[in-house]
Amino acid sequence: MPANGAPIFAPWDDPDAKPLIRFENVTKRFGDFTAIDNLTLDIYEREFFALLGPSGCGKTTMMRMLAGFETPTEGKIFVGGQDMGPIAPNQRPVNMMFQSYALFPHLSVYENIAFGLRRDGKPKDEIHHRVEEMLRMVRLQKFAKRKPHQISGGQRQRVALARSLAKEPKLLLLDEPLGALDAKLREDTQFELMDIQEKTGTTFVIVTHDQEEAMTVASRIAVMDEGKVMQVSTPDRIYEFPDNAYVADFIGDVNLIEGRSSAAIDETVQIEWAEGQQAITAQTQRPIAAGQKVFYAIRPEKVTISPDRPADAVNAAQGKILDIAYLGNLSTYHVQLPTGQVIKSQMANTRRISRRPYTWEDQVWVSWTKTGGSVLEG
Amino acid sequence: MRRFSWFNLTSLTLGFAFLYLPMLILVIYSFNESKLVTVWAGFSTKWYGELMQNEAFLDAAWVTLRVAVISSTIATVLGTMAAHVMVRGGRFFGRTLFSGMIYAPLVMPEVITGLSLLLLFIGIGLDRGVLTIVLAHTTFSMCYVSVVVSSRLVSFDKSLEEAALDLGCTPFQAFRLVTLPIIMPAVISGWLLAFTLSLDDLVIASFTAGPSATTLPIKIFSSVRLGVSPEINALSTIMIGIVTVGVITTSIISKRNIARAEADARAAERT
Repeated sequence: MPANGAPIFAPWDDPDAKPLIRFENVTKRFGDFTAIDNLTLDIYEREFFALLGPSGCGKTTMMRMLAGFETPTEGKIFVGGQDMGPIAPNQRPVNMMFQSYALFPHLSVYENIAFGLRRDGKPKDEIHHRVEEMLRMVRLQKFAKRKPHQISGGQRQRVALARSLAKEPKLLLLDEPLGALDAKLREDTQFELMDIQEKTGTTFVIVTHDQEEAMTVASRIAVMDEGKVMQVSTPDRIYEFPDNAYVADFIGDVNLIEGRSSAAIDETVQIEWAEGQQAITAQTQRPIAAGQKVFYAIRPEKVTISPDRPADAVNAAQGKILDIAYLGNLSTYHVQLPTGQVIKSQMANTRRISRRPYTWEDQVWVSWTKTGGSVLEG
Repeated sequence: MRRFSWFNLTSLTLGFAFLYLPMLILVIYSFNESKLVTVWAGFSTKWYGELMQNEAFLDAAWVTLRVAVISSTIATVLGTMAAHVMVRGGRFFGRTLFSGMIYAPLVMPEVITGLSLLLLFIGIGLDRGVLTIVLAHTTFSMCYVSVVVSSRLVSFDKSLEEAALDLGCTPFQAFRLVTLPIIMPAVISGWLLAFTLSLDDLVIASFTAGPSATTLPIKIFSSVRLGVSPEINALSTIMIGIVTVGVITTSIISKRNIARAEADARAAERT
């Protein structure tokens, strides 16, 4: 906890915190296919939790099990300490926003939002009050009487959100909520989602395959692959301190170098990675044994490119520029070393393009610091 | 305006003549003054008047209408339920057998359906009358409804039902409040189909009708064997008229619906 300001929201670091959701050794099989493989995971109250992974990794199955549309083959799911096994979808304190939005086409925007409240048999004016409040929240008061097909995609998305939040669920599930929106609208909506999550204090679990989206909105991310959680952590830790090569490669761009490590001395290892190349000096807290096969992962923006070998560089290699990808604000240089290995280096374009110092076939040096990358067990 | 070639014009004329000439002749002769069906003796509407006096025909018409309404309604309820289970039930034990059995009556010869129903009714000692015709018609028209409704359900977004469950509906409420209103057009066309099938069924009705109740097709068929009377021409003309009005109304309604949906879609694009 920082000494000066407000406490940081990090219940996952607090050993006394009780999770809102607990997956306990959950396995889900569809016939011979194992969608979820013995998975254990805690999600805390007020979290904005992202399940991130390629399609078919089991993230949607996890969400559908939380909503009650699928039952685990083995293991248990708890919400607020209660075993969800025997509880039907309509009895759960959970609401879901569907990828297709699943708005009822025969009902108006108002009636869509009121739908869940009416099922609870709440008094009429209470329902009216709540629906008005929801319409205000998503700024759709003017569209209350419209049918879903009479409004735009972005508006439909907001109706779906309002409908799923109207019953004040303990937990809101969002299945690829921004998938159908175009890039600009998506960015605005991400911030709107975070804002609404903060205001309502609801726990959000979002399923997405878009890593940028997960990084932007989530308090923590679970990176999944083939029914397993590869890493659960905050976005910055996932990016800067990946647990394994899969996570390093899946999140953002990375240079992965395979090599053999020396034993760690003072948290520092030497990695032999290619004939005639200087060993990589890297810092790590993992207990690495001498001669162990490792991956060294370093992000392109942590690799500096220079015409001469920087005098103080711990790690450096010479090569020639193979390719330049110009992205406007950034340029990515693909530098080929004499070993054939290509190292990507990303530099901010602080000067106009006509003044760019490097071009194709230039001989350059790439260099990085001792703490720039991660040593991952292979 | 496009001009037709001679070839197009000929095929068009022949095609429509083939389809509608018999009916046209029937309609024309229903206004014949003469009692002889084949001899034209001037225009008259007297056979329509006589038809209104014919108790036997009116009774048969009333029975037919009652049977059609009741049987198509029951068939629609059962057929919709069957379609819902088949499309939504997932893979359960005996699913293939059940779905095959639902569709079998579609290809079953009517004579066999009629005969087996007759044997059943005799076996359980049920007197033949309106009830037995209703049961028989429900049996065979149910599978038509089921086919129409399941083709709609297949294209129905399953997440709509899940959303209803998620918002607190029981499975039955989800069906009643979400699924049913959305598939309603298919349910109505299923009902109309069952209604029409029941209206013009002759074979199955003749097996299951008794002395106490005769349907119009049976009545017409049996009177024609004693010679075609102009009254039957008049009756048939009325039936053609009803069907024509029905078809035109349905197509106007569906055209309007399409136009409205298109207008809504354009409105959505503008916002």
